[in-house]
Amino acid sequence: MLGRLSLSAIPLDVPILVGTFLGVAIVGLAVLGLITYYGKWGYLWKEWFTSVDHKRLAVMYIILALVALFRGFADAIMMRTQLALAYAGNPGYLPPHHYDQIFSAHGTIMIFFLAMAFMTGLFNFVVPLQIGARDVAFPFLNNLSFWMTAIAFILVNVSLFIGEFSQCGWLAYPPLSETQFSPGVGVDYYIWAIQLSGVGTLLTGVNFFVTIVKMRAPGMTWMKMPVFTWTAFCASILIMVSFPVLTVAVALLGLDRYFGMHFFTNDGGGNQMMYLNLIWAWGHPEVYILVIPAFGVFSEVVPAFSQKPLFGYGTMVYATCAIMILSFLVWVHHFFTMGAGPDVNAFFGIATMVISIPTGVKLFNWMFTMYKGRIQFHACMYWAVGFMVTFTIGGMTGVMMAIPGADFVLHNSLFLIAHFHNVIIGGVYFGYICGMNFWFPKVMGFKLNESWGIRAFWFWFVGFYFAFVPLYVVGFQGMTRRLNHYDNPAWHPWLLVAEVGAVLILFGIVCQLTQLYVSIRDRNLPQNRDVTGDPWNARSLEWSTSSPPPVYNFALVPHVHELDAFMHDKENGIDTRRAGGPYEAIHMPKNTAAGFLVGAFSLVLGFAAVWYIWWLAAIGLIGVIGTVIARSANKDIDFYIPAEEVARIENEHSRKLMAQAAE
Amino acid sequence: MKNKLLARMARLGGLSSALLLAGCELDVLDPKGPVGEGVKSLILTSTVAMLIVVVPTIILSLVFAWQYRQSNTSAEYLPKWCHSNKIELVIWGVPTLIIIFLAVITYQTCHSLDPYKPLEAEATTKPLHVEVVALDWKWLFIYPEQGIATVNQLAIPVNTPIDFVITSDSVMNSFFIPRLGSMIYAMAGMQTQLHLLASEPGDYLGESANYSGRGFSDMKFRTLAVSGDEFNAWVDKVKSSSEQLDSQTYPKLAAPSEANPVEYFAHVEPGMFNTIVAKYNNGMVMDKNTGQMIQVQSAMSDMNMKE
Repeated sequence: MLGRLSLSAIPLDVPILVGTFLGVAIVGLAVLGLITYYGKWGYLWKEWFTSVDHKRLAVMYIILALVALFRGFADAIMMRTQLALAYAGNPGYLPPHHYDQIFSAHGTIMIFFLAMAFMTGLFNFVVPLQIGARDVAFPFLNNLSFWMTAIAFILVNVSLFIGEFSQCGWLAYPPLSETQFSPGVGVDYYIWAIQLSGVGTLLTGVNFFVTIVKMRAPGMTWMKMPVFTWTAFCASILIMVSFPVLTVAVALLGLDRYFGMHFFTNDGGGNQMMYLNLIWAWGHPEVYILVIPAFGVFSEVVPAFSQKPLFGYGTMVYATCAIMILSFLVWVHHFFTMGAGPDVNAFFGIATMVISIPTGVKLFNWMFTMYKGRIQFHACMYWAVGFMVTFTIGGMTGVMMAIPGADFVLHNSLFLIAHFHNVIIGGVYFGYICGMNFWFPKVMGFKLNESWGIRAFWFWFVGFYFAFVPLYVVGFQGMTRRLNHYDNPAWHPWLLVAEVGAVLILFGIVCQLTQLYVSIRDRNLPQNRDVTGDPWNARSLEWSTSSPPPVYNFALVPHVHELDAFMHDKENGIDTRRAGGPYEAIHMPKNTAAGFLVGAFSLVLGFAAVWYIWWLAAIGLIGVIGTVIARSANKDIDFYIPAEEVARIENEHSRKLMAQAAE
Repeated sequence: MKNKLLARMARLGGLSSALLLAGCELDVLDPKGPVGEGVKSLILTSTVAMLIVVVPTIILSLVFAWQYRQSNTSAEYLPKWCHSNKIELVIWGVPTLIIIFLAVITYQTCHSLDPYKPLEAEATTKPLHVEVVALDWKWLFIYPEQGIATVNQLAIPVNTPIDFVITSDSVMNSFFIPRLGSMIYAMAGMQTQLHLLASEPGDYLGESANYSGRGFSDMKFRTLAVSGDEFNAWVDKVKSSSEQLDSQTYPKLAAPSEANPVEYFAHVEPGMFNTIVAKYNNGMVMDKNTGQMIQVQSAMSDMNMKE
């Protein structure tokens, strides 16, 4: 009846997990209780869960990403603490069974649910506004994408308390991840979480590709498109091309596990290296999916606060496209040590290095954007300059590892760990947080607190160096990744320093939370409110509408004359909004519960399939199909906002603008 | 000219890394054999070449950020300036030149440091053959010429090229002795090759560099690099063990175990390594000299395959 599921699947014997469960349960019940007490369920359901508004979905994505950050960071600091303790005979406090789950979950969560969700949140918020569109091309799919991502994250967290998570690392290399070596449910949780969230990501890629191709404001030709939109466009293409490869690779692994097939097993003609090739044919583009949008953020932030156009726009666009294409030609550098011949290794090594040319050019472009500017040191600029310094070092260690001869001693060592955290924290995370500080007033209508933002930066920046420079050193000392304990006295002091770094980063996260709290508390102070919709005197179209934007974004779709469309209009005295109208009724999509329901049934399907509860899996699958059919048959999916209502909202904003100008 | 520059750069690299890392022993950058030496000089040369771009980038980002801060009203402000062909030429040109340089040394070192390539020393010194099998979670070393086998202890004579052939009878691992140089994957049903040489006697850590499950952290071995005489004495010591490795005793050894102690086997059944490889390939194994698939005939052919 319950398949493999029994009471013994609940880890009552692991005090850390019982404590975590109690903590999560208490906080969860408190949140649910508060929502019920204030009677907000209807509001949440109508205005958020079923919303197809890209701005609402963006907020939900970013909240999801921040929750994932806490979970992923909790894993990280537990690992660092284990390695600070587990030395010279001391087993530490995490036995391998638990520790191996933690590093697998840390990687999975940080990539799929922190970074991908944050990125999608930024896309959702910024791209439609930046190209002068009223929403994305497929608003319902957008809502569905969010729920697929959210329920996949829930599934990963369910594995904490029911059963176990994968102990095979974040990419679940076979044959270790095959049934023969990992008979438990951990890998199955991993497979279903990846597959379900993969649906959401793929739909996001399609959605933004179509949105950017088809829905740009009149006059916005390709070379007048803001750089962030360019990066979202390139990342969407990468998603569309690479995520199906991930889906296939993990599906084949699933066939091995569920149906006893032999794609990647040791015997029966399986070949593990086929999985490595497939997973990295996705995995390498994936890191560019994450970092290219971060480059896009800096390309918006640095000009805005340097009060100057971006240096070398054309170069920036071509460099981005070059990186996009090259990212597909380098996957073998993740396993030079498999014994492919020297010519194969040389090809992939050199292809990898070539990527550093356009990437380096981008760094110089941001530098020369600052050159002869008037730089306002807003918190965003701290993240941006911190990024330039940190990412340059990460790029250098990356090129070192791209040389196969050097990789033969650095591969899978903590040097590698230091390298990719160097680019993912120093590039992706710094970029996304920079973007969050930049666009927050547009989203919420008030600014984020500056001093707490700067404090958060310093803790993260210094903490990063404390946490990861020691890992470069122990990498040179021959320490390999994923060790649970060790007895080499030379490594121990460095791992203690790394622990200090993790604690500093913890302070950084606390500062970020405080920043959010203080900003929300002081949101009504006049200096914090963004009345004009253009708090930074910035350059692209999203700043031309109010903050937060009305549900339809633009009452009249703006006309684009130049690159940096809004700045051009401001300088030439053109009213981008064309205030006063005449306004027309605006066609809008209706909210729908279908995305939520497909997500909920998919969660049931995933959970049931993990535990071999086939009747429940059937219910989940039928629920998904039924919901999709019902949604497809539903013709009542749109409505019009009357012209009078549009005029009322616009006039209200115009009044505020005039009052502000009069002050 | 180029060689002089290279030598100077390598010296500079050596000096700066020595300064940076004074007082801290870095196994990978303090190698005890020619392979490791080659890798080390490659790492230092490439690092120095990259620092030519990296250092100015970091300094200029900080200098520009400071120089053009808003409060510094004496700095020139060009609110429209956003293009310069000269700067574009430099920022594309300089990194391209450095990458061309790195690409050349990458191509060269891919061949000179190819783990499959026999070492130059083999021209003068007869190499020692060692067959390595990664098991859950220990390393099995078979010395076919000596007819012995050991677990978690590898003895090698110094200044003698060692030809390793490596496979796995379980999940993927990576065979790695940081002090000697390159690593290579160990994969079931496949054979990889590695050529190393220890030029100094010592006791070097060996490990797996690819996570392989629960017992991975203790999957370590000692590499005893000793003189020829000491090596022969060590072989005799192994031969005095009462243990034998054959189709009867192998399954017990191959069963998963954690923190396995050192074990010696006085006698090992001939062809054992090929049998382990062949059991995942319908009894076939590739001859590494000819590339032909050959049928393995052995008492161990019917050895129980782990399902």
